[in-house]
Amino acid sequence: MSEIKADAPANDHEDAHGHVAVDVSTLDAELIEGPSQATADIAEYALWLGDDSLVLAQQLGAWISRAPELEEDVALGNVALDLIGHARSLLHYAGTATDRSEDDLAYWRTEPDFRSLHIVEQPNGDFAHTIARQFIVSHYLFELYSRLRASADATLAAIAAKAVKEVDYHRDHSTQWVLRLAQGTDESRHRMITALSDLWPYVEEIFRDDTLIDRLEGIAVRPSSLRPAFDAAIAPVLAEAELEIPRGFVASGGGRTGNHSEHLAFLLAEMQVLTRAHPGASW
Amino acid sequence: MTSTITPDTSAPVAISVEEQQFNDLIEADSRIEPRDWMPEGYRKSLVRQISQHAHSEIIGMQPESNWITRAPSLKRKAILMAKVQDEAGHGLYLYSAAQTLGATRDDMTDALIAGKARYSSIFNYPTPSWADMGSIGWLVDGAAICNQVPLCRASYGPYGRAMVRICKEESFHQRQGFEILLELMQGTEEQRQMAQDSVNRWYWPALMMFGPPDDDSPNSAQSMAWKIKRHSNDELRQRFVNMLVPQAAVLGVTLPDPDLHFNEETQQWDLGEIDWTEFHEVLAGRGPNNAQRLQRRRDAHDEGAWVREAAAAYAHKQSARTEEMAAK
Repeated sequence: MSEIKADAPANDHEDAHGHVAVDVSTLDAELIEGPSQATADIAEYALWLGDDSLVLAQQLGAWISRAPELEEDVALGNVALDLIGHARSLLHYAGTATDRSEDDLAYWRTEPDFRSLHIVEQPNGDFAHTIARQFIVSHYLFELYSRLRASADATLAAIAAKAVKEVDYHRDHSTQWVLRLAQGTDESRHRMITALSDLWPYVEEIFRDDTLIDRLEGIAVRPSSLRPAFDAAIAPVLAEAELEIPRGFVASGGGRTGNHSEHLAFLLAEMQVLTRAHPGASW
Repeated sequence: MTSTITPDTSAPVAISVEEQQFNDLIEADSRIEPRDWMPEGYRKSLVRQISQHAHSEIIGMQPESNWITRAPSLKRKAILMAKVQDEAGHGLYLYSAAQTLGATRDDMTDALIAGKARYSSIFNYPTPSWADMGSIGWLVDGAAICNQVPLCRASYGPYGRAMVRICKEESFHQRQGFEILLELMQGTEEQRQMAQDSVNRWYWPALMMFGPPDDDSPNSAQSMAWKIKRHSNDELRQRFVNMLVPQAAVLGVTLPDPDLHFNEETQQWDLGEIDWTEFHEVLAGRGPNNAQRLQRRRDAHDEGAWVREAAAAYAHKQSARTEEMAAK
């Protein structure tokens, strides 16, 4: 969960707010004060992971006030908040290589400079699509962060150690919904099957290696190495839900080299619109 | 029944032991709990107030969620998400408090989406600019806190306790709103204009949140006698304006009331005439966003029906399976 701090317990509604210094959602101290400056390769890897979290958080944020029940407004909001926290840490770290802030990277890069995977760019769709996307991505992220905790890069290891606990909850949340939708009503089962088959073409890209990974031995986690654990983790859930792994299209992907789905440009346009209308302003 | 608690009654009326106990609890500033006897009017009045409050939290998510995807920095995006999420949580506690009085969540939800239940009119105003996230926090949540802090001592236990938690979070909401405006007022000329324009739009509607003037507030006297409500509308409104004036000075924004002035005699800030016609128009469903707010709530509810049905069917199948296992 993102850390939200106020400067005082702040129960006194008659306070004149003379000394307001709301210190909210601060980044972890080790990130701000740490001596570590990312190398170009590490920064690129941090962008891979940071952009995935940012794009997914942006999508989940759009559910808040539109979810099927109030409890899900809260739950999807929690997941989005966790992901935005991971994105901020990772983008902050990536920015140390080129002296850019998390916001410079989030708001002032254009589409080809983003490194997100196509799966996180896929639209929310109905609740089943959002859940299928969450199910795939959070299981992947859990396996990733579990291993990244042992990274030779202390900053990446620290971010992963915190993120893995949160992603574990996301994994459980999406698993519970996959079971309910797959085994609820005929309609929900049909929707779950459709959603899984719509999202599955984007799974392969997640586990594709790149020369960047060769250069970051011991620092990055090799995506292909996660596939067996991912398959083993989702298999019992799919079995219990009586769902089969869809066969069919495999999307060619390309997010890691800046070749994105058609959806990303719209998502960025919305996310960046206000900031770009006021260059140099602070918020 | 009401004659026993209306303060100016003189004729003695025979009342039951339970009713006497209820009156004694109210008199002693104690809490009424769900299993205690209570007059039907007290129960109804509470269900009305608590469910309206819950609906306000839920509808109130919309004007702010409007900016989640466009928040101008990642920090602001995180804070705004957390805030809107808190509001969903407040709605949930309040619906639970109303459930302790026998109301069901389905009935309350149906009344809301059918347009039969009230919620705070303030949320029928639009949020065309980012600065509105600041004004909602500073003015709307500020007014809500003035209204709600006394409710922490409301005579009905579950309501009072829910309000304690809600007020703590609202206080953070108000601060973050103030901080958004402060940052804008210290920013570029365009940002300062954005902030002032937003304050101009939200100031009067925020003052109307305290409800009609005391001499025109039909439910107030009884609620005060029952200690559901502790201060009058005008009293709370005055308290709020007294609080705002120095805060506006810190911000450097102008409150859009040319008649606002300090009254040396009363040591209070006297305010100009409130345009109650606008209040009644919005209340009557002729505000800027009434239709849109309800439509969004209804769409979310209707589009989510299949998900809720799936969850219910799954739970039913699971419990049938458990029973089957137990029978073997």
